[in-house]
Amino acid sequence: MKHLFSLLENNDSSDASTVDSQVNRRDFLKFVVIGGAGLTLGLSLDSAHAEMSGPGKTSADESLTNGQFAPNAFIRIEPDNTVHVIIKHLEMGQGTFTGLSTLIAEELEADWSQIKPHAAPANAALYNNLLWGPAQGTGGSTAIANSFEQMRKAGAAAKMMLVAAAAQLWDLPADEISVSQGVVSHKASGKSASFGELAELAAKQDVPEPEEITLKDPKDFVLIGKRIPRKDGGKTDGTAIFTQDIKLDGMQTAVVTHSPRFGGKVKTFNADKARKMPGVTDVVQISTGIVVLATDFWSAQKARETLDITWDNSQAATASSEALLTEYKTLAKKPGLPAKKTGDADQAFKNAAKVIEASYEFPYLAHAAMEPLNCVAHFTGDSCEMWYGAQIHTMDQGAVAALLDLKPAAVKINTLYAGGSFGRRGNPKSDYVLEAAEIAKAKKGTPIKLVWTREDDMRAGYFRPMYYHTLKAGLDKDNKLVAWEHRIVGQSIAKGSAFEGMMVQKGVDVTSVEGASNLPYDIPNMHVELHTTDPGVPIQWWRAVGSTHTAYSTETFIDEIASAAKIDPIAFRLKLLTNKPRHHGVLKLAAEKAGWDSKLPKGRSRGIAVHESFNSYVAQVAEVSVQDDGSYKVERVVCAVDCGIAVNPDIVKAQMEGGIGFGLAPTLVSEITMDNGAVKESNFHDYQVLRMNQMPDVEVHIVPSAQAPTGVGEPATPVIAPAVANALFNATGKRYYRLPIKKA
Amino acid sequence: MSTTITLNGKDTAIDASPDTPLLWVLRDHLALTGTKYGCGMAQCGSCTVHLDGVAIRSCVTPLSAVASKKVTTIEGVATKEAKAVQAAWDKLDVVQCGYCQSGQIMSAAALLSTNLNPEDSDIDAAMSGNICRCATYVRIRAAIKEAAAELGAQS
Repeated sequence: MKHLFSLLENNDSSDASTVDSQVNRRDFLKFVVIGGAGLTLGLSLDSAHAEMSGPGKTSADESLTNGQFAPNAFIRIEPDNTVHVIIKHLEMGQGTFTGLSTLIAEELEADWSQIKPHAAPANAALYNNLLWGPAQGTGGSTAIANSFEQMRKAGAAAKMMLVAAAAQLWDLPADEISVSQGVVSHKASGKSASFGELAELAAKQDVPEPEEITLKDPKDFVLIGKRIPRKDGGKTDGTAIFTQDIKLDGMQTAVVTHSPRFGGKVKTFNADKARKMPGVTDVVQISTGIVVLATDFWSAQKARETLDITWDNSQAATASSEALLTEYKTLAKKPGLPAKKTGDADQAFKNAAKVIEASYEFPYLAHAAMEPLNCVAHFTGDSCEMWYGAQIHTMDQGAVAALLDLKPAAVKINTLYAGGSFGRRGNPKSDYVLEAAEIAKAKKGTPIKLVWTREDDMRAGYFRPMYYHTLKAGLDKDNKLVAWEHRIVGQSIAKGSAFEGMMVQKGVDVTSVEGASNLPYDIPNMHVELHTTDPGVPIQWWRAVGSTHTAYSTETFIDEIASAAKIDPIAFRLKLLTNKPRHHGVLKLAAEKAGWDSKLPKGRSRGIAVHESFNSYVAQVAEVSVQDDGSYKVERVVCAVDCGIAVNPDIVKAQMEGGIGFGLAPTLVSEITMDNGAVKESNFHDYQVLRMNQMPDVEVHIVPSAQAPTGVGEPATPVIAPAVANALFNATGKRYYRLPIKKA
Repeated sequence: MSTTITLNGKDTAIDASPDTPLLWVLRDHLALTGTKYGCGMAQCGSCTVHLDGVAIRSCVTPLSAVASKKVTTIEGVATKEAKAVQAAWDKLDVVQCGYCQSGQIMSAAALLSTNLNPEDSDIDAAMSGNICRCATYVRIRAAIKEAAAELGAQS
């Protein structure tokens, strides 16, 4: 019966107008028990899934009759003493199930062992990202930052109600009652009770007004800032359920053949062979290609290989990486739209004693999360239920509702663990989600699971855009940096998406120039300009977004200028970082822990880079060894991070380690190549990513801070490439103007 | 046609085309979804299972190739090496998204079953076929050493 709760949980708050979730839960239970169609769906889900998205109790009746305590949208305390925490952000490995639970448990004074997190349903009224306004979604390293106060207040309010319940039960003053590790107690009388014992009575207490809620003094934190184990369980024994693992009664698996070239459409197709193959249930055409449906993946995949499709390429993209680079180089010779203009750089260059110029090339990059994109959808005519690793719920819900002519609330999203995302599942066009919905529409009444193969995933686009940068610096006779010109050429991620209004200002997509237009170095004359191109290649944010290229060009160029000025690269940076104490903090910490001034073992070189993204500050010292044939290895990375209060220092460290590894892939090997509107690479043999033998030792040091926490999912990623390139320079004397750096 | 394998210790008859990759037999025919699809061409290791105790990539292994053999998946693996690996994984909180980790654990357990004191180069050789896009490699390496130390202390 565990699955019932996943249905109940999602039902009780997926309707934005819901006020009393208790009543709604009961009404829904009646519907299910009386014989609602939803029951069969729930029943066929295995228990691990239900554990994840529902409170995971074993009996439905228990929770409803014994008085569950649901003080707000984020907490459900059961009579059995379990504290269910509703997590509004997608768990994709970055640790939100743990981090957000920690914030609630801290103020609730719960015992960590009684906490059980669950993914929230799609409901922007309850679960919006406070930094995004009215939208529910995960991205921009905002999960902890926007939840820090909200979750703690939710926990504190629940604690106040538990205390009020105990005061009523024991007839004692509330201010004499304390809570610690999940036990409510009164010292003088020796009375104590668990949360579960007080749940029913607590539910009858007044919900505190926001101004009545006081939060703990950080010095009293017992969970925040400590190493506590992760809560996204089931991942070491195969029981965790991802989208790929969902099986519903009567479900069919769908594979789709897309146009090899972006923008191509189906002209004609013949599926006679496919339809006759074992296991195949249907072949249908949708706007993005030809769908083969079957009872299982392998049947669908084998049948798909027999499809005979002619493509209409009249509107297809023609982009080729090589030709694009030529075009971008030409564009960069002319001024672009201003992203930042301070002083008069043109005049300052004329007066400069020394001018240094460099240009940088960055290829397209695929996210290539380990779980290829997939989505389960069931359209009944008046509602659509979906199961997947939803990242921007509100956008997906709106897009699917529009496609199916439903109200957004009729699109119910069950958010599952995502097998990685790195930005891809938050697609600005809801691409794969809409594809699943379109198939579900064609197969009304039948649950379908859209499965993309690795090749489908790799070739579907929505890449980190290709970019070309030119940089020019002017030094005066005292080697002071007086002029800076930075031109960036590439596609806009936000243009044409729902994010355009927010992210494109006076023609400049902030995601194209972030990290460059807000360069932290104090330079009196500075121009940053952007040329936006549109070659028809679908593109998207990719872990750390604009900083993935701007951190590389600026941090290797600063290093080049420092060596031209014959000044130590750290000393050179520190001098230019006026009133930037947090940059200073991470630079100094990384340098100290890496032993910047110490002698390296023979054959090793080191380099440094520093960069702020998403309001977190990261410096890394990379150590490399280079062989005579130009092959090289990144041996060790020392990373310093300032992310404000580290809610879970071990997860901060994990995100630094993982972010460094993710950023090393495009440093060393990853590259997507466009060829006449099609993607050349298809799988991990030709789109290479980082492997165990290429991973350096990583040491992470966290700057102690009392500032509000900022994100850690992205900020480590952009720093590693320039740190490595600067280390390689110290080994070879060469600068590296193109990523990936396949040979030193 | 039916093929019989010894799956997680039990003789199991499977009614699937003999060319069906073991991965899809496990996932779609037997509902053992702990073994994951990542690439379909033995490039990523997410689908790693044990065949007669040796780590193999189930995505390129047809059902016909495992007839009458012993197949162990993440759901059934219970060797002392596997238990030590899982415990070390949990102790060090290795996992991030988790999608590749069944395969990582199966590869690590197979490594320790033949080498109780792996050097870094042994770990590189055994584990470089298993991709983790979250790049949990630092902790995977540490956890293998932790598991090896634990097994050494036991023996």
